[in-house]
Amino acid sequence: MLWDALTLQLGYNATLVAIGATLLGISAGVTGTFLFLRKRALVSDAISHATLPGVCLAFMALVAFGGDGRNLIGLLVGSAISAWVGLLCMNWLTRHTRLAEDAAIGAVLSVFFGFGVVLLTVIQTMGVGRQAGLEGFLLGSTAGMLWADALVIAIGGAATLLLVMIIRRPMTMVAFDPEYAAARGLPVHRIDLAMMGLVMAVTVVGLKIVGLILIVALLIIPPVTARFWTERSDRVVLLAGISGGLSGFLGAGISASAPNLPTGPIIVLVSFGSFALSLLFAPVRGVLAAVLRHLRFQRRVHIRQGLLALAQGQKIYEPLTIRLLRRAGIVRADGVATDEGKARAAKALRDEKRWEFVRADQAHEATAALYDGLRDIETVLTRDQIAEIDRRIGGPQEVMP
Amino acid sequence: MSGEEFVPLSLTPLLIGTFAAIACALPGNFLVLRKQALIGDAISHVVLPGIVVAFLLTGAISTWPMMLGAAGAAVVAVVMIEAIRRLGQIEPGAAMGVVFTTMFAGGVLLLEQTDTSTVHLDVEHALYGNLESLIWLDAAGWSSLLDVQALAGLPPELPRIALTMVGVILFTWLFWRPLKISTFDEGFARTIGIRTGVLGMALVITAAIAAVAAFDAVGSIIVIAMFICPPAAARMMTNRLETQIVWSVLFATISAISGYVLAGYGPLWLGGADAVSAAGMIATISGLLLALTAVLGPCRTRSGAPSQV
Repeated sequence: MLWDALTLQLGYNATLVAIGATLLGISAGVTGTFLFLRKRALVSDAISHATLPGVCLAFMALVAFGGDGRNLIGLLVGSAISAWVGLLCMNWLTRHTRLAEDAAIGAVLSVFFGFGVVLLTVIQTMGVGRQAGLEGFLLGSTAGMLWADALVIAIGGAATLLLVMIIRRPMTMVAFDPEYAAARGLPVHRIDLAMMGLVMAVTVVGLKIVGLILIVALLIIPPVTARFWTERSDRVVLLAGISGGLSGFLGAGISASAPNLPTGPIIVLVSFGSFALSLLFAPVRGVLAAVLRHLRFQRRVHIRQGLLALAQGQKIYEPLTIRLLRRAGIVRADGVATDEGKARAAKALRDEKRWEFVRADQAHEATAALYDGLRDIETVLTRDQIAEIDRRIGGPQEVMP
Repeated sequence: MSGEEFVPLSLTPLLIGTFAAIACALPGNFLVLRKQALIGDAISHVVLPGIVVAFLLTGAISTWPMMLGAAGAAVVAVVMIEAIRRLGQIEPGAAMGVVFTTMFAGGVLLLEQTDTSTVHLDVEHALYGNLESLIWLDAAGWSSLLDVQALAGLPPELPRIALTMVGVILFTWLFWRPLKISTFDEGFARTIGIRTGVLGMALVITAAIAAVAAFDAVGSIIVIAMFICPPAAARMMTNRLETQIVWSVLFATISAISGYVLAGYGPLWLGGADAVSAAGMIATISGLLLALTAVLGPCRTRSGAPSQV
């Protein structure tokens, strides 16, 4: 069943939803990346909640003029206008008053959403009876998706992607160093507005599929996921697009494969699944990698300290150190150093002496800064330099039994 | 309007709305100053899965398990946000966004999966609350306030939210100096021996309790709005924290009362037939107050600080 869904065999509506969700995921991931890099991820929350009054007002206007209140384009235009107003309010609050950005976001979010709820209840009492479609905008409803709706989503998503590609360089620069961008003569304020305008476009396009509360997830989670895998901004954009698209596709597929699986939440949960996997298993920034790095470091410290203790004839009590030394073939089971162990211990002590010399010498100041108690001296000094140091220290001394 | 009509129908919702607004606005002052204003937003989203899980476990709509579930979900969310922020080295805003959207999605999914059609449990209810339905049917007029039998019929939300408000006031009053110092200068607070980490956590937990109690009575919109709008508006009025608190309580009360009245009677004045959502209207009024102070407030601009790029 799931396979049928993923190979688009489940009928017309499911296929439409899958294609729409994939496109939406890609454009949301790509657009959200810039917001995330600018450290403004939650702006999307304010924008998405601010669409609600627009949706309601558009519905009322459409009904008042005798049209079908659920005309998707009309509702999307309405939501775009009110989200834009919300965006401007938020921007004005942060620029012209003492409020910090988070307070401005929260204020716009709650007030616009509250006003939208007031309008929703007004619509309920208007007695038009066809407001059922509107509730779907809160959490998304893909059941009655039409070809025209899918077309709107596809065109909107593609246009957003195109715009992002055109202004990605200034957006990246503003995201990383707004002061430098301003010094270069870029209109930082307008680029920020453009960035948020694009986010608004994605939000509006995604209303139909995932709803206004969960679109935030598609704008935030894929970029955060992608950030785990690379340090280059262009690759983060690419990976976020891929991750978002895959989540959309898989989520739509899973939700079509069984009843009672709403599309929006499933897409979000799939997306979170990929985030959790990345958090755990990403190569450099992942938790597993960090744990392994820590264990490796711990091992090096213990072996190093063990070798120094051996060289100076001190008894080792630390169980982990003894275990590690034994496993490395440095000591025998009874705690006596092997030949190889003696050689390595002598070398370790000698290196320590060399380091001591390097750190005491003004001429080696830059090198001395690299000392952390673990670094092999061969990696920072040339053979000639080491020979010179050895000449001053004197010849090797015998290790005490 | 006579007492016979006002006391049973409007007095309790008004009081509940006002208490909820004050309970949220007080910790909101500190959250706004600490740039953690969106905690309220996150908490009110994650309350949904908590309530649904509590319903699944107990199989009934009863208040205490649900409040426990909501509080549990809030704690889980705070811990998850912190874990993701530390483990993944992600900025707090994004970590918060990841957690609350995911938990909300989980809540919606659980809700769809379970058969809740027989009981009154839906997303809209969680969002808008039902302030209008918290009426006091046993009351006959002002005299009922002294009538023990009638008082027993008070909606249980009223004592609960009143208790929460008292608790929040007590917390603020008891920890006033440490809270104030650590909000403005965390480093200094630590040097004089205040455990800022514990205090910050306590503040968030107080906020979560206020949010859950208010959520139970009035829905999540008011919670988010009251955490942010009255304190933000109060911030435009003064530079002193004491005065700011007073202003924020005043703004919260004004929005709760005028919002309720406008929602109940505004449409009638305009010739409509039915009332609109009181929760939404209260949020709207608080937003209007904020807009007013943002334009006219005496301390609305950043003084001395360079404008942010």
